Amino acid sequence: MDSAVLDRAAAGGAQAANAQIVIDRLSHTYRPAHGRPVLAIDDVSLTVGRREFLALLGPSGCGKSTLLYQLGGFLPTETGTITVDGKKVQGPGPDRGIVFQHFALFPWKTVRANVMYGLQRMSLPKAEQERRAQEFIDLVGLSGFEDSYPSQLSGGMKQRCAIARTLAIDPEILLMDEPFGALDAQTRHLMQTELLAIWNRSPKTVIFVTHDVQEAVYLAQRVAVMSARPGRIKAIIDLDFDRRDPHLTKSKAFVDKVDEIWELVRGEAIKAQAGKA
Amino acid sequence: MRSGPAFAAGLFRYLPIVFLLLLWHMASTFHLVSTAVLPPLSSVLSSGYDLVSTAEFWDNTGSSMYRGGMGLLLAIVIGGALGIAMAWWKPIRYVSSPLVEIFYPLPKSALIPITALWLGFGDASKILLIFLGCMLPVTIGAFNGARGAEQTLIWSARSLGASRWRTLLDVVVPSALPELLNGARTALALSFILLVSSEMIVARKGLGYLIGFLGDGGNYDAMFAVVLVVAALGFFADRVYLAFARRVLRWRE
Ligand SMILES: Nc1ncnc2c1ncn2[C@@H]1O[C@H](COP(=O)(O)OP(=O)(O)O)[C@@H](O)[C@H]1O
Ligand SMILES: [Mg+2]
Repeated sequence: MDSAVLDRAAAGGAQAANAQIVIDRLSHTYRPAHGRPVLAIDDVSLTVGRREFLALLGPSGCGKSTLLYQLGGFLPTETGTITVDGKKVQGPGPDRGIVFQHFALFPWKTVRANVMYGLQRMSLPKAEQERRAQEFIDLVGLSGFEDSYPSQLSGGMKQRCAIARTLAIDPEILLMDEPFGALDAQTRHLMQTELLAIWNRSPKTVIFVTHDVQEAVYLAQRVAVMSARPGRIKAIIDLDFDRRDPHLTKSKAFVDKVDEIWELVRGEAIKAQAGKA
Repeated sequence: MRSGPAFAAGLFRYLPIVFLLLLWHMASTFHLVSTAVLPPLSSVLSSGYDLVSTAEFWDNTGSSMYRGGMGLLLAIVIGGALGIAMAWWKPIRYVSSPLVEIFYPLPKSALIPITALWLGFGDASKILLIFLGCMLPVTIGAFNGARGAEQTLIWSARSLGASRWRTLLDVVVPSALPELLNGARTALALSFILLVSSEMIVARKGLGYLIGFLGDGGNYDAMFAVVLVVAALGFFADRVYLAFARRVLRWRE
């Protein structure tokens, strides 16, 4: 079964015709000032369709963030290429919004000023900036906290603010690095539902990094499973669940899928642990 | 509404100072120390009172504050900018860090004769001295703060459309601010030391000059009064600075 899955991965999946992001034989080596180089991802090829919700799943330390940072244009590419809409990625840009696990809000700016930041870089009229900022603050449910500083917000609220800040500039692609990983279970579940609602209302290409199998299966249309370091794409699984079904996560089909993918991930997680020891 | 208790709390906090002044007073009233060593507090206060009504005193105070203020301002602005630049651009770091390392432990009072030789006995030599002598703590604070700027904040700004230059201003500078302001507080204290000692040695004006002048003339009551004035100025400058820094960093609360 594995090889059939891999074949499809190589062909870029069903979305190939609609491809927006093409990652071609990408590797990344960290070269710390002290210590030896670390090959974090190795020979990754992956195609992501326009408006697709893709989860990037793998044990911690396997290179998920590295791959996402490469997509963000934050790291130099040495081997391989990434193209977005046919153009080579050569640095960060507002076409690719990013949400980090630890929110990365500007702590010296209020909620409103954080959300306004990207809008101010877009040379919109001031009134329009304010209107858009308010729209997205309302969208994520932070009305009434416009003048709060991040240090005054709970984790969930901080991440809502970070999501609003990124969505406000309307990027075509949304890169999310374990965005709910630092939240408690209840908040995480709530945020997952809200993210899906937002995505349904205005679909964007989403690449969602997680090490949580259930989260990946619940959110994504496709799950790319990565191997332990150096990260490679081990398998790609298509999903076709009706997310409007409130009992979805308890259905047999869903549970079976989680189990199936968990089997794939578990072997890698064990390898990752062994690699650390 | 809260000024009553706050005032009382403040008074309580500075009780040791009141105690010290009381001790001073008793030392001279009970002849525990010779008045040649420590003039009585009452005569110091009364000659201080006479002094503050002279134009000469205010002239000297004004020129000291001008020198200290200008030197410190330059130290904070240029020192802070240098520290941030060192953190952001490698070439600047490579050129500057050996210089910083060499000059940091140098006793800055050694620069007093040098700046006087270059710029004479007036304001310019004091401003240069204070600038050079106070800038490194600010530079080092700014450098460490800027180096500690979170990578994800920088990346966030970049992906929200900020240029590298904007990111420097909008992310790196505010990240550097807490430690920069800490360094500036050290610089403030240093500036008083350098100001007074340089004025005592190479000046014809200023509070330090006045201390030396009054001491040489045997007018010890007035000399002690000026020392008290300098101490009070230093204390208030530090309080005002702390209030300012707290306001700038209010987002941290
Ligand atoms: N700046 C860095 N320097 C050196 N090694 C790094 C650096 N960042 C990450 N790594 C290493 O690269 C590997 C992949 O890291 P990362 O992409 O963060 O994994 P993940 O997000 O899947 O947990 C890890 O083994 C990590 O230790
Ligand atoms: Mg990660």
